[in-house]
Amino acid sequence: MKLLALDSSGMVASVAVLEDEVLLAEYTVNYKKTHSQTLLPMLDAASGMLELDLKTLDAIAVAAGPGSFTGLRIGCATAKGLGLALDKPLISVPTLEALAYNLYDTEGLICPLMDARRNQVYTGIYAFEQHKLKVVENQKAIAVAEMIEKLNERKTPVTFLGDGVPVYREQLEKGMRVPFSFAPAHLNRQRASAVAALAAEYWKQGKTESAREHRPEYLRMSQAERERMERERKKACL
Amino acid sequence: MKDVLILAIESSCDETAAAVTKNGRTILSNIISSQIDLHKLYGGVVPEIASRKHIEKINQVIEEALCEAGVTLKDIDAIGVTYGPGLVGALLVGVAEAKAIAYAAGLPLVGVHHIEGHVSANYIEHPDLEPPFLCLIVSGGHTHLVIVKDYGEFEILGRTHDDAAGEAFDKVARAIGLGYPGGPKIDRLSREGNSDAIAFPRAKIGDNPYDFSFSGVKSAVLNYLNQASMKGEEVNRADLAASFQKAVVDVLVEHTMQAARDYHMDKVAIAGGVASNGTLREAMSRACEKAGLKFYRPSPVYCTDNGAMIGVAAYYEYIKGTRHGWDLNAVPNLRLGER
Repeated sequence: MKLLALDSSGMVASVAVLEDEVLLAEYTVNYKKTHSQTLLPMLDAASGMLELDLKTLDAIAVAAGPGSFTGLRIGCATAKGLGLALDKPLISVPTLEALAYNLYDTEGLICPLMDARRNQVYTGIYAFEQHKLKVVENQKAIAVAEMIEKLNERKTPVTFLGDGVPVYREQLEKGMRVPFSFAPAHLNRQRASAVAALAAEYWKQGKTESAREHRPEYLRMSQAERERMERERKKACL
Repeated sequence: MKDVLILAIESSCDETAAAVTKNGRTILSNIISSQIDLHKLYGGVVPEIASRKHIEKINQVIEEALCEAGVTLKDIDAIGVTYGPGLVGALLVGVAEAKAIAYAAGLPLVGVHHIEGHVSANYIEHPDLEPPFLCLIVSGGHTHLVIVKDYGEFEILGRTHDDAAGEAFDKVARAIGLGYPGGPKIDRLSREGNSDAIAFPRAKIGDNPYDFSFSGVKSAVLNYLNQASMKGEEVNRADLAASFQKAVVDVLVEHTMQAARDYHMDKVAIAGGVASNGTLREAMSRACEKAGLKFYRPSPVYCTDNGAMIGVAAYYEYIKGTRHGWDLNAVPNLRLGER
Protein backbone atom coordinates (compact mmCIF):
# COMPACT_ATOMS: atom_id res chain seq x y z
CA MET A 1 0.00 0.00 0.00
CA LYS A 2 1.48 3.31 -1.09
CA LEU A 3 0.29 6.70 0.10
CA LEU A 4 1.10 10.30 -0.68
CA ALA A 5 0.35 12.75 2.14
CA LEU A 6 0.12 16.54 2.12
CA ASP A 7 -0.16 19.05 4.93
CA SER A 8 -0.41 22.78 4.26
CA SER A 9 -2.77 23.65 7.09
CA GLY A 10 -0.42 26.07 8.82
CA MET A 11 2.91 27.76 8.18
CA VAL A 12 4.48 24.37 7.52
CA ALA A 13 4.34 22.80 4.08
CA SER A 14 4.93 19.08 4.19
CA VAL A 15 4.87 16.21 1.73
CA ALA A 16 5.44 12.52 2.50
CA VAL A 17 5.36 9.20 0.70
CA LEU A 18 4.71 6.08 2.71
CA GLU A 19 4.79 2.46 1.59
CA ASP A 20 3.38 -0.14 3.97
CA GLU A 21 5.27 0.36 7.24
CA VAL A 22 8.05 2.47 5.72
CA LEU A 23 8.36 6.21 5.21
CA LEU A 24 10.05 6.60 1.82
CA ALA A 25 10.32 10.38 1.81
CA GLU A 26 9.32 13.41 3.77
CA TYR A 27 9.94 17.02 2.83
CA THR A 28 8.94 19.60 5.43
CA VAL A 29 9.50 23.32 5.22
CA ASN A 30 8.51 25.86 7.84
CA TYR A 31 8.92 29.13 6.01
CA LYS A 32 6.72 32.08 5.17
CA LYS A 33 6.61 31.38 1.41
CA THR A 34 3.10 30.67 0.19
CA HIS A 35 2.15 27.01 -0.14
CA SER A 36 1.10 27.72 -3.68
CA GLN A 37 4.79 28.19 -4.48
CA THR A 38 6.17 25.41 -2.28
CA LEU A 39 3.85 22.43 -2.08
CA LEU A 40 3.93 21.11 -5.65
CA PRO A 41 7.67 21.80 -6.19
CA MET A 42 8.27 19.88 -2.93
CA LEU A 43 6.18 16.97 -4.17
CA ASP A 44 8.07 17.10 -7.46
CA ALA A 45 11.41 17.03 -5.62
CA ALA A 46 10.37 14.16 -3.34
CA SER A 47 8.95 12.03 -6.12
CA GLY A 48 11.96 12.79 -8.29
CA MET A 49 14.28 11.47 -5.56
CA LEU A 50 12.12 8.35 -5.26
CA GLU A 51 11.67 7.92 -9.01
CA LEU A 52 8.06 7.64 -7.98
CA ASP A 53 5.47 6.70 -10.54
CA LEU A 54 2.40 8.50 -9.21
CA LYS A 55 0.19 5.85 -10.80
CA THR A 56 1.47 3.35 -8.23
CA LEU A 57 -0.10 5.33 -5.37
CA ASP A 58 -3.16 3.80 -3.74
CA ALA A 59 -4.50 7.02 -2.26
CA ILE A 60 -3.72 10.64 -1.49
CA ALA A 61 -3.99 11.73 2.12
CA VAL A 62 -4.43 15.34 3.10
CA ALA A 63 -4.60 17.27 6.36
CA ALA A 64 -8.17 18.41 5.95
CA GLY A 65 -8.42 21.04 8.63
CA PRO A 66 -8.71 23.01 10.68
CA GLY A 67 -6.05 25.51 9.73
CA SER A 68 -5.45 28.58 7.63
CA PHE A 69 -8.39 28.73 5.21
CA THR A 70 -6.17 29.47 2.25
CA GLY A 71 -3.55 26.93 3.25
CA LEU A 72 -6.18 24.23 3.63
CA ARG A 73 -7.58 24.99 0.21
CA ILE A 74 -4.18 24.83 -1.47
CA GLY A 75 -3.57 21.37 0.03
CA CYS A 76 -7.13 20.32 -0.67
CA ALA A 77 -7.16 21.50 -4.31
CA THR A 78 -3.77 19.86 -4.85
CA ALA A 79 -5.05 16.56 -3.45
CA LYS A 80 -8.28 16.84 -5.44
CA GLY A 81 -6.38 17.57 -8.66
CA LEU A 82 -4.04 14.62 -8.08
CA GLY A 83 -6.99 12.39 -7.23
CA LEU A 84 -8.86 13.47 -10.35
CA ALA A 85 -5.90 12.99 -12.70
CA LEU A 86 -4.78 9.69 -11.18
CA ASP A 87 -8.28 8.41 -10.47
CA LYS A 88 -7.35 7.64 -6.86
CA PRO A 89 -9.32 8.10 -3.64
CA LEU A 90 -8.49 10.68 -1.00
CA ILE A 91 -8.06 10.16 2.71
CA SER A 92 -9.14 13.12 4.79
CA VAL A 93 -7.17 13.38 8.04
CA PRO A 94 -8.18 15.93 10.70
CA THR A 95 -5.19 18.25 11.17
CA LEU A 96 -5.19 18.02 14.96
CA GLU A 97 -5.34 14.23 14.95
CA ALA A 98 -2.32 14.16 12.66
CA LEU A 99 -0.51 16.58 14.99
CA ALA A 100 -1.32 14.38 17.98
CA TYR A 101 -0.06 11.35 16.04
CA ASN A 102 3.41 12.96 16.05
CA LEU A 103 3.49 11.95 19.72
CA TYR A 104 2.73 8.27 19.29
CA ASP A 105 2.22 6.34 22.54
CA THR A 106 2.90 9.38 24.68
CA GLU A 107 1.68 8.90 28.25
CA GLY A 108 -1.11 11.13 29.47
CA LEU A 109 -2.96 13.56 27.27
CA ILE A 110 -1.84 15.23 24.07
CA CYS A 111 -3.08 18.72 23.34
CA PRO A 112 -2.20 20.24 19.96
CA LEU A 113 -2.74 23.98 19.78
CA MET A 114 -2.97 25.82 16.48
CA ASP A 115 -3.15 29.57 16.53
CA ALA A 116 -6.59 30.41 15.14
CA ARG A 117 -6.31 34.21 15.62
CA ARG A 118 -9.21 36.15 17.15
CA ASN A 119 -7.93 34.94 20.57
CA GLN A 120 -8.75 31.34 19.80
CA VAL A 121 -6.93 28.12 19.15
CA TYR A 122 -7.88 25.12 17.10
CA THR A 123 -7.42 22.36 19.59
CA GLY A 124 -8.57 18.98 20.84
CA ILE A 125 -7.54 16.40 23.45
CA TYR A 126 -6.02 13.09 22.42
CA ALA A 127 -4.56 10.04 24.13
CA PHE A 128 -3.06 6.71 23.15
CA GLU A 129 -4.85 3.62 24.36
CA GLN A 130 -3.44 0.21 23.46
CA HIS A 131 -1.23 1.98 20.90
CA LYS A 132 -4.22 3.54 19.13
CA LEU A 133 -4.98 7.23 18.91
CA LYS A 134 -8.12 8.04 20.87
CA VAL A 135 -10.00 11.30 20.46
CA VAL A 136 -10.80 12.46 24.00
CA GLU A 137 -12.22 15.82 22.93
CA ASN A 138 -12.93 16.50 19.29
CA GLN A 139 -11.18 19.35 17.48
CA LYS A 140 -12.76 22.77 17.81
CA ALA A 141 -12.00 26.48 17.88
CA ILE A 142 -12.02 27.82 21.47
CA ALA A 143 -10.18 30.29 23.70
CA VAL A 144 -6.99 28.84 25.16
CA ALA A 145 -8.26 29.63 28.67
CA GLU A 146 -11.18 27.30 28.09
CA MET A 147 -8.83 24.52 27.03
CA ILE A 148 -6.64 25.08 30.10
CA GLU A 149 -9.71 24.68 32.28
CA LYS A 150 -10.72 21.45 30.56
CA LEU A 151 -7.22 20.02 30.99
CA ASN A 152 -7.02 21.02 34.65
CA GLU A 153 -10.31 19.22 35.28
CA ARG A 154 -8.90 16.02 33.82
CA LYS A 155 -6.02 15.94 36.34
CA THR A 156 -3.76 14.11 33.88
CA PRO A 157 -0.32 15.22 32.60
CA VAL A 158 -0.40 16.92 29.22
CA THR A 159 2.00 17.35 26.31
CA PHE A 160 1.44 20.45 24.18
CA LEU A 161 2.50 21.00 20.61
CA GLY A 162 1.64 23.14 17.62
CA ASP A 163 2.16 26.72 16.46
CA GLY A 164 -0.19 27.93 19.20
CA VAL A 165 2.40 27.04 21.85
CA PRO A 166 4.76 30.02 21.31
CA VAL A 167 1.73 32.33 21.11
CA TYR A 168 0.14 31.14 24.39
CA ARG A 169 3.14 29.74 26.29
CA GLU A 170 2.94 32.29 29.07
CA GLN A 171 -0.77 31.74 29.57
CA LEU A 172 -0.26 27.97 29.67
CA GLU A 173 2.56 28.24 32.20
CA LYS A 174 0.42 30.46 34.42
CA GLY A 175 -2.84 28.55 34.10
CA MET A 176 -1.92 24.86 34.05
CA ARG A 177 -2.30 23.11 37.43
CA VAL A 178 -1.44 19.61 36.16
CA PRO A 179 2.04 18.59 35.01
CA PHE A 180 2.68 19.56 31.40
CA SER A 181 5.45 19.67 28.85
CA PHE A 182 6.11 20.87 25.34
CA ALA A 183 7.04 18.59 22.46
CA PRO A 184 10.51 19.16 20.99
CA ALA A 185 11.28 20.76 17.62
CA HIS A 186 11.28 17.59 15.51
CA LEU A 187 7.74 16.71 16.66
CA ASN A 188 5.99 19.97 17.45
CA ARG A 189 4.62 21.03 14.05
CA GLN A 190 2.61 19.53 11.22
CA ARG A 191 4.38 16.68 9.48
CA ALA A 192 3.03 14.89 6.44
CA SER A 193 4.62 11.66 7.69
CA ALA A 194 2.16 11.69 10.60
CA VAL A 195 -0.70 12.43 8.20
CA ALA A 196 0.45 9.47 6.12
CA ALA A 197 0.84 7.08 9.05
CA LEU A 198 -2.59 7.96 10.40
CA ALA A 199 -4.08 7.79 6.91
CA ALA A 200 -2.75 4.24 6.63
CA GLU A 201 -4.92 3.39 9.66
CA TYR A 202 -7.91 5.09 8.02
CA TRP A 203 -7.22 3.11 4.84
CA LYS A 204 -7.40 -0.16 6.78
CA GLN A 205 -10.78 0.96 8.13
CA GLY A 206 -11.98 1.80 4.62
CA LYS A 207 -12.26 5.50 5.46
CA THR A 208 -11.61 7.02 2.04
CA GLU A 209 -13.56 9.47 -0.07
CA SER A 210 -13.66 10.50 -3.71
CA ALA A 211 -11.59 13.44 -4.92
CA ARG A 212 -14.83 15.04 -6.06
CA GLU A 213 -16.55 15.00 -2.66
CA HIS A 214 -13.56 15.91 -0.52
CA ARG A 215 -13.59 19.36 1.07
CA PRO A 216 -11.77 21.00 3.97
CA GLU A 217 -13.09 21.11 7.51
CA TYR A 218 -12.72 24.77 8.48
CA LEU A 219 -14.39 24.55 11.91
CA ARG A 220 -15.45 28.13 11.34
CA MET A 221 -17.87 29.99 9.18
CA SER A 222 -16.65 32.83 7.03
CA GLN A 223 -16.80 36.25 8.63
CA ALA A 224 -19.59 37.38 6.29
CA GLU A 225 -21.73 34.35 7.19
CA ARG A 226 -21.09 34.85 10.90
CA GLU A 227 -22.09 38.50 10.73
CA ARG A 228 -25.19 37.72 8.69
CA MET A 229 -26.34 35.09 11.18
CA GLU A 230 -25.67 37.50 14.02
CA ARG A 231 -27.82 40.16 12.31
CA GLU A 232 -30.60 37.67 11.73
CA ARG A 233 -30.41 36.45 15.30
CA LYS A 234 -30.75 40.02 16.58
CA LYS A 235 -33.61 40.68 14.20
CA ALA A 236 -35.41 37.60 15.56
CA CYS A 237 -35.10 39.03 19.10
CA LEU A 238 -36.92 42.24 18.22
CA MET B 1 -1.30 18.53 -37.96
CA LYS B 2 -2.47 16.90 -34.77
CA ASP B 3 -5.32 18.62 -32.93
CA VAL B 4 -4.39 20.63 -29.85
CA LEU B 5 -6.81 20.08 -26.98
CA ILE B 6 -6.71 22.28 -23.91
CA LEU B 7 -8.45 21.78 -20.61
CA ALA B 8 -8.99 25.24 -19.13
CA ILE B 9 -9.92 26.19 -15.58
CA GLU B 10 -11.26 29.54 -14.35
CA SER B 11 -12.00 30.47 -10.72
CA SER B 12 -11.00 34.12 -10.40
CA CYS B 13 -14.27 35.40 -8.93
CA ASP B 14 -17.65 33.78 -8.37
CA GLU B 15 -17.84 31.34 -11.28
CA THR B 16 -16.27 27.90 -11.10
CA ALA B 17 -15.67 27.04 -14.73
CA ALA B 18 -13.89 24.55 -16.95
CA ALA B 19 -13.83 23.94 -20.67
CA VAL B 20 -12.16 21.87 -23.35
CA THR B 21 -11.10 23.71 -26.50
CA LYS B 22 -9.75 22.35 -29.78
CA ASN B 23 -7.18 24.12 -31.95
CA GLY B 24 -7.87 27.43 -30.29
CA ARG B 25 -11.34 28.47 -31.29
CA THR B 26 -13.47 25.34 -31.24
CA ILE B 27 -15.28 24.82 -27.95
CA LEU B 28 -15.89 21.16 -27.12
CA SER B 29 -17.40 21.92 -23.73
CA ASN B 30 -17.93 24.91 -21.47
CA ILE B 31 -19.19 24.22 -17.95
CA ILE B 32 -19.96 27.10 -15.61
CA SER B 33 -21.11 26.72 -12.04
CA SER B 34 -22.31 30.13 -10.90
CA GLN B 35 -22.41 31.14 -7.25
CA ILE B 36 -24.51 34.24 -7.82
CA ASP B 37 -27.45 33.10 -5.69
CA LEU B 38 -25.12 32.57 -2.75
CA HIS B 39 -23.62 36.06 -2.97
CA LYS B 40 -26.98 37.79 -3.50
CA LEU B 41 -27.53 37.42 0.25
CA TYR B 42 -24.58 39.76 0.82
CA GLY B 43 -25.14 42.23 -2.00
CA GLY B 44 -21.86 41.31 -3.65
CA VAL B 45 -19.19 38.66 -3.94
CA VAL B 46 -17.78 37.54 -0.58
CA PRO B 47 -14.23 36.29 -1.25
CA GLU B 48 -14.12 33.62 1.47
CA ILE B 49 -17.49 32.19 0.47
CA ALA B 50 -16.44 32.20 -3.19
CA SER B 51 -13.25 30.30 -2.37
CA ARG B 52 -15.13 27.72 -0.33
CA LYS B 53 -17.64 27.15 -3.10
CA HIS B 54 -14.89 26.76 -5.70
CA ILE B 55 -13.34 23.92 -3.70
CA GLU B 56 -16.68 22.16 -3.45
CA LYS B 57 -17.47 22.40 -7.14
CA ILE B 58 -14.18 22.30 -8.98
CA ASN B 59 -13.72 18.57 -9.56
CA GLN B 60 -17.30 18.12 -10.68
CA VAL B 61 -17.03 21.03 -13.13
CA ILE B 62 -13.78 19.68 -14.60
CA GLU B 63 -15.14 16.15 -14.86
CA GLU B 64 -18.25 17.43 -16.63
CA ALA B 65 -16.14 19.48 -19.03
CA LEU B 66 -14.10 16.40 -19.98
CA CYS B 67 -17.18 14.20 -20.20
CA GLU B 68 -19.20 16.60 -22.33
CA ALA B 69 -16.23 17.04 -24.68
CA GLY B 70 -16.06 13.25 -24.94
CA VAL B 71 -12.38 13.16 -24.00
CA THR B 72 -10.17 12.02 -21.13
CA LEU B 73 -7.00 13.62 -19.79
CA LYS B 74 -5.05 11.32 -22.12
CA ASP B 75 -6.38 13.32 -25.08
CA ILE B 76 -5.46 16.69 -23.56
CA ASP B 77 -2.30 18.53 -24.65
CA ALA B 78 -2.08 21.24 -22.01
CA ILE B 79 -3.82 22.63 -18.94
CA GLY B 80 -4.72 26.32 -19.02
CA VAL B 81 -5.64 28.20 -15.87
CA THR B 82 -6.46 31.77 -14.86
CA TYR B 83 -3.81 32.94 -12.39
CA GLY B 84 -4.77 36.62 -12.17
CA PRO B 85 -6.13 39.15 -11.79
CA GLY B 86 -8.96 38.32 -9.41
CA LEU B 87 -9.68 37.32 -5.82
CA VAL B 88 -6.54 35.66 -4.50
CA GLY B 89 -8.28 32.92 -2.50
CA ALA B 90 -10.55 32.10 -5.42
CA LEU B 91 -7.71 32.09 -7.94
CA LEU B 92 -5.63 29.80 -5.71
CA VAL B 93 -8.20 27.02 -5.90
CA GLY B 94 -8.06 26.88 -9.69
CA VAL B 95 -4.29 27.32 -9.77
CA ALA B 96 -3.57 24.56 -7.21
CA GLU B 97 -6.03 22.22 -8.91
CA ALA B 98 -4.68 22.91 -12.41
CA LYS B 99 -1.08 22.44 -11.31
CA ALA B 100 -1.87 19.12 -9.62
CA ILE B 101 -3.74 17.82 -12.67
CA ALA B 102 -1.00 18.94 -15.06
CA TYR B 103 1.67 17.45 -12.82
CA ALA B 104 -0.06 14.10 -12.35
CA ALA B 105 -1.04 13.82 -16.01
CA GLY B 106 2.40 14.89 -17.23
CA LEU B 107 1.00 17.87 -19.15
CA PRO B 108 2.36 21.37 -19.69
CA LEU B 109 0.83 24.15 -17.62
CA VAL B 110 -0.16 27.47 -19.18
CA GLY B 111 -1.15 30.32 -16.87
CA VAL B 112 -3.61 32.76 -18.42
CA HIS B 113 -4.39 36.40 -17.71
CA HIS B 114 -8.10 36.71 -16.98
CA ILE B 115 -8.51 39.77 -19.21
CA GLU B 116 -6.65 38.08 -22.04
CA GLY B 117 -9.30 35.40 -21.65
CA HIS B 118 -12.13 37.92 -21.96
CA VAL B 119 -10.58 39.43 -25.09
CA SER B 120 -10.13 35.93 -26.54
CA ALA B 121 -13.84 35.18 -26.07
CA ASN B 122 -14.30 37.16 -29.28
CA TYR B 123 -12.36 34.59 -31.31
CA ILE B 124 -14.84 31.83 -30.51
CA GLU B 125 -17.70 32.99 -32.71
CA HIS B 126 -15.76 35.17 -35.14
CA PRO B 127 -13.39 33.00 -37.17
CA ASP B 128 -12.37 36.03 -39.23
CA LEU B 129 -11.23 38.10 -36.25
CA GLU B 130 -7.45 38.41 -36.00
CA PRO B 131 -5.30 41.04 -34.31
CA PRO B 132 -4.78 43.91 -34.54
CA PHE B 133 -8.06 45.29 -33.25
CA LEU B 134 -9.34 47.63 -30.59
CA CYS B 135 -11.03 46.03 -27.58
CA LEU B 136 -13.05 47.50 -24.74
CA ILE B 137 -13.06 45.20 -21.70
CA VAL B 138 -15.77 46.00 -19.20
CA SER B 139 -16.71 43.92 -16.18
CA GLY B 140 -17.36 44.12 -12.46
CA GLY B 141 -13.64 44.36 -11.78
CA HIS B 142 -12.15 45.82 -14.94
CA THR B 143 -12.51 48.64 -17.44
CA HIS B 144 -9.75 48.66 -20.05
CA LEU B 145 -9.48 50.03 -23.54
CA VAL B 146 -6.68 48.18 -25.33
CA ILE B 147 -5.21 47.58 -28.74
CA VAL B 148 -4.76 43.85 -29.25
CA LYS B 149 -1.55 44.04 -31.28
CA ASP B 150 -1.10 40.30 -31.58
CA TYR B 151 -2.28 37.24 -29.68
CA GLY B 152 -1.41 37.94 -26.07
CA GLU B 153 0.12 41.33 -26.87
CA PHE B 154 -1.64 44.45 -25.73
CA GLU B 155 -1.20 48.16 -25.65
CA ILE B 156 -3.32 49.63 -22.91
CA LEU B 157 -4.79 52.95 -24.02
CA GLY B 158 -7.13 53.64 -21.15
CA ARG B 159 -8.35 52.30 -17.86
CA THR B 160 -10.63 53.39 -15.05
CA HIS B 161 -9.32 55.68 -12.34
CA ASP B 162 -11.79 54.46 -9.75
CA ASP B 163 -14.79 52.13 -10.06
CA ALA B 164 -15.00 49.56 -12.82
CA ALA B 165 -18.05 50.03 -15.03
CA GLY B 166 -19.73 46.90 -13.67
CA GLU B 167 -18.98 48.01 -10.12
CA ALA B 168 -20.83 51.29 -10.75
CA PHE B 169 -23.79 49.28 -12.05
CA ASP B 170 -23.77 47.13 -8.91
CA LYS B 171 -23.59 50.13 -6.57
CA VAL B 172 -26.36 52.03 -8.31
CA ALA B 173 -28.52 48.91 -8.46
CA ARG B 174 -28.09 48.48 -4.71
CA ALA B 175 -28.98 52.15 -4.10
CA ILE B 176 -32.28 51.82 -5.95
CA GLY B 177 -33.06 48.50 -4.35
CA LEU B 178 -32.51 46.22 -7.33
CA GLY B 179 -29.97 43.97 -5.64
CA TYR B 180 -27.00 42.04 -6.95
CA PRO B 181 -25.85 41.61 -9.70
CA GLY B 182 -26.71 45.11 -10.85
CA GLY B 183 -25.85 45.05 -14.55
CA PRO B 184 -28.62 42.84 -15.95
CA LYS B 185 -31.18 44.35 -13.54
CA ILE B 186 -30.45 47.94 -14.55
CA ASP B 187 -30.40 46.93 -18.19
CA ARG B 188 -33.87 45.37 -17.87
CA LEU B 189 -35.39 48.23 -15.88
CA SER B 190 -33.89 50.79 -18.29
CA ARG B 191 -36.04 49.42 -21.09
CA GLU B 192 -39.07 50.95 -19.36
CA GLY B 193 -37.42 54.29 -18.68
CA ASN B 194 -36.44 57.47 -20.48
CA SER B 195 -32.68 57.73 -20.79
CA ASP B 196 -32.85 61.52 -21.28
CA ALA B 197 -34.93 62.12 -18.16
CA ILE B 198 -32.02 62.98 -15.87
CA ALA B 199 -28.73 64.56 -16.96
CA PHE B 200 -25.89 62.74 -15.22
CA PRO B 201 -22.29 63.89 -15.74
CA ARG B 202 -19.97 62.26 -18.29
CA ALA B 203 -16.57 62.56 -16.64
CA LYS B 204 -13.42 63.37 -18.56
CA ILE B 205 -10.27 62.41 -16.77
CA GLY B 206 -7.02 64.38 -16.85
CA ASP B 207 -4.89 64.28 -19.97
CA ASN B 208 -5.70 60.82 -21.23
CA PRO B 209 -8.78 60.91 -23.46
CA TYR B 210 -9.18 57.13 -23.17
CA ASP B 211 -9.28 56.81 -19.40
CA PHE B 212 -12.51 56.35 -17.50
CA SER B 213 -14.04 57.41 -14.21
CA PHE B 214 -17.36 56.13 -12.97
CA SER B 215 -17.36 57.25 -9.35
CA GLY B 216 -18.64 60.70 -10.39
CA VAL B 217 -21.73 59.43 -12.13
CA LYS B 218 -22.32 56.96 -9.31
CA SER B 219 -22.13 59.79 -6.74
CA ALA B 220 -24.44 61.92 -8.88
CA VAL B 221 -27.01 59.13 -8.79
CA LEU B 222 -26.68 58.79 -5.02
CA ASN B 223 -27.01 62.58 -4.58
CA TYR B 224 -30.05 62.62 -6.80
CA LEU B 225 -31.65 59.91 -4.67
CA ASN B 226 -30.79 61.75 -1.45
CA GLN B 227 -32.21 65.04 -2.64
CA ALA B 228 -35.38 63.40 -3.84
CA SER B 229 -35.84 61.64 -0.54
CA MET B 230 -35.26 64.89 1.41
CA LYS B 231 -37.84 66.66 -0.68
CA GLY B 232 -40.15 63.71 -0.27
CA GLU B 233 -40.31 63.20 -4.02
CA GLU B 234 -40.83 59.83 -5.57
CA VAL B 235 -38.05 58.70 -7.91
CA ASN B 236 -38.89 57.12 -11.22
CA ARG B 237 -36.48 54.23 -10.93
CA ALA B 238 -36.75 53.25 -14.58
CA ASP B 239 -35.87 56.78 -15.73
CA LEU B 240 -33.01 56.90 -13.27
CA ALA B 241 -31.66 53.51 -14.35
CA ALA B 242 -31.95 54.41 -18.02
CA SER B 243 -30.29 57.80 -17.55
CA PHE B 244 -27.46 56.36 -15.46
CA GLN B 245 -26.88 53.56 -17.93
CA LYS B 246 -26.83 55.99 -20.82
CA ALA B 247 -24.25 58.15 -19.06
CA VAL B 248 -21.96 55.11 -18.62
CA VAL B 249 -22.55 53.69 -22.10
CA ASP B 250 -22.04 57.08 -23.78
CA VAL B 251 -18.59 57.42 -22.25
CA LEU B 252 -17.61 53.83 -23.06
CA VAL B 253 -18.66 54.26 -26.69
CA GLU B 254 -17.20 57.75 -27.11
CA HIS B 255 -13.77 56.80 -25.78
CA THR B 256 -13.71 53.66 -27.89
CA MET B 257 -14.62 55.57 -31.04
CA GLN B 258 -12.06 58.25 -30.27
CA ALA B 259 -9.36 55.60 -29.91
CA ALA B 260 -10.46 53.84 -33.11
CA ARG B 261 -10.09 57.12 -35.01
CA ASP B 262 -6.78 58.09 -33.41
CA TYR B 263 -5.19 54.68 -33.95
CA HIS B 264 -6.82 53.96 -37.32
CA MET B 265 -8.42 50.76 -36.15
CA ASP B 266 -10.96 49.17 -38.45
CA LYS B 267 -12.11 46.46 -36.03
CA VAL B 268 -13.66 47.04 -32.62
CA ALA B 269 -14.52 44.35 -30.07
CA ILE B 270 -16.05 44.37 -26.61
CA ALA B 271 -15.53 41.82 -23.85
CA GLY B 272 -16.23 41.13 -20.18
CA GLY B 273 -19.41 40.73 -18.16
CA VAL B 274 -20.75 44.22 -18.98
CA ALA B 275 -20.31 43.43 -22.69
CA SER B 276 -23.54 41.48 -22.41
CA ASN B 277 -25.36 44.72 -21.56
CA GLY B 278 -27.95 45.21 -24.29
CA THR B 279 -27.71 48.99 -24.38
CA LEU B 280 -23.92 48.93 -24.69
CA ARG B 281 -24.05 46.33 -27.45
CA GLU B 282 -26.60 48.33 -29.43
CA ALA B 283 -24.87 51.68 -28.94
CA MET B 284 -21.43 50.32 -29.84
CA SER B 285 -22.84 48.50 -32.84
CA ARG B 286 -24.54 51.67 -34.12
CA ALA B 287 -21.43 53.79 -33.55
CA CYS B 288 -19.24 51.27 -35.37
CA GLU B 289 -21.63 51.07 -38.28
CA LYS B 290 -21.72 54.84 -38.56
CA ALA B 291 -17.93 55.00 -38.54
CA GLY B 292 -17.57 52.13 -41.00
CA LEU B 293 -15.89 49.83 -38.48
CA LYS B 294 -16.41 46.13 -38.10
CA PHE B 295 -17.90 45.34 -34.68
CA TYR B 296 -17.37 42.12 -32.72
CA ARG B 297 -18.93 40.95 -29.48
CA PRO B 298 -19.18 37.54 -27.82
CA SER B 299 -22.51 35.90 -27.02
CA PRO B 300 -23.53 36.60 -23.42
CA VAL B 301 -22.41 33.13 -22.26
CA TYR B 302 -18.85 34.01 -23.35
CA CYS B 303 -19.04 37.49 -21.80
CA THR B 304 -19.50 36.15 -18.31
CA ASP B 305 -16.49 34.46 -16.67
CA ASN B 306 -16.06 31.09 -18.36
CA GLY B 307 -13.50 28.41 -19.08
CA ALA B 308 -13.81 28.49 -22.87
CA MET B 309 -12.29 31.96 -23.16
CA ILE B 310 -9.40 30.85 -20.94
CA GLY B 311 -8.91 27.81 -23.17
CA VAL B 312 -8.76 30.01 -26.28
CA ALA B 313 -6.24 32.37 -24.67
CA ALA B 314 -4.25 29.39 -23.35
CA TYR B 315 -4.05 27.93 -26.87
CA TYR B 316 -2.40 31.04 -28.31
CA GLU B 317 -0.04 31.19 -25.34
CA TYR B 318 0.68 27.47 -25.71
CA ILE B 319 1.65 27.65 -29.40
CA LYS B 320 3.78 30.68 -28.58
CA GLY B 321 5.66 28.53 -26.06
CA THR B 322 4.38 29.97 -22.77
CA ARG B 323 4.85 27.41 -19.98
CA HIS B 324 4.54 27.88 -16.24
CA GLY B 325 6.32 25.98 -13.50
CA TRP B 326 4.96 24.04 -10.54
CA ASP B 327 5.55 27.13 -8.41
CA LEU B 328 2.94 29.13 -10.34
CA ASN B 329 1.18 31.37 -7.86
CA ALA B 330 -2.07 33.32 -8.02
CA VAL B 331 -1.36 36.99 -8.79
CA PRO B 332 -4.40 39.05 -7.76
CA ASN B 333 -3.16 42.23 -9.49
CA LEU B 334 -1.50 40.64 -12.50
CA ARG B 335 -0.87 43.19 -15.23
CA LEU B 336 -2.11 42.65 -18.74
CA GLY B 337 0.67 41.33 -20.97
CA GLU B 338 2.72 40.12 -17.98
CA ARG B 339 3.79 36.46 -17.97
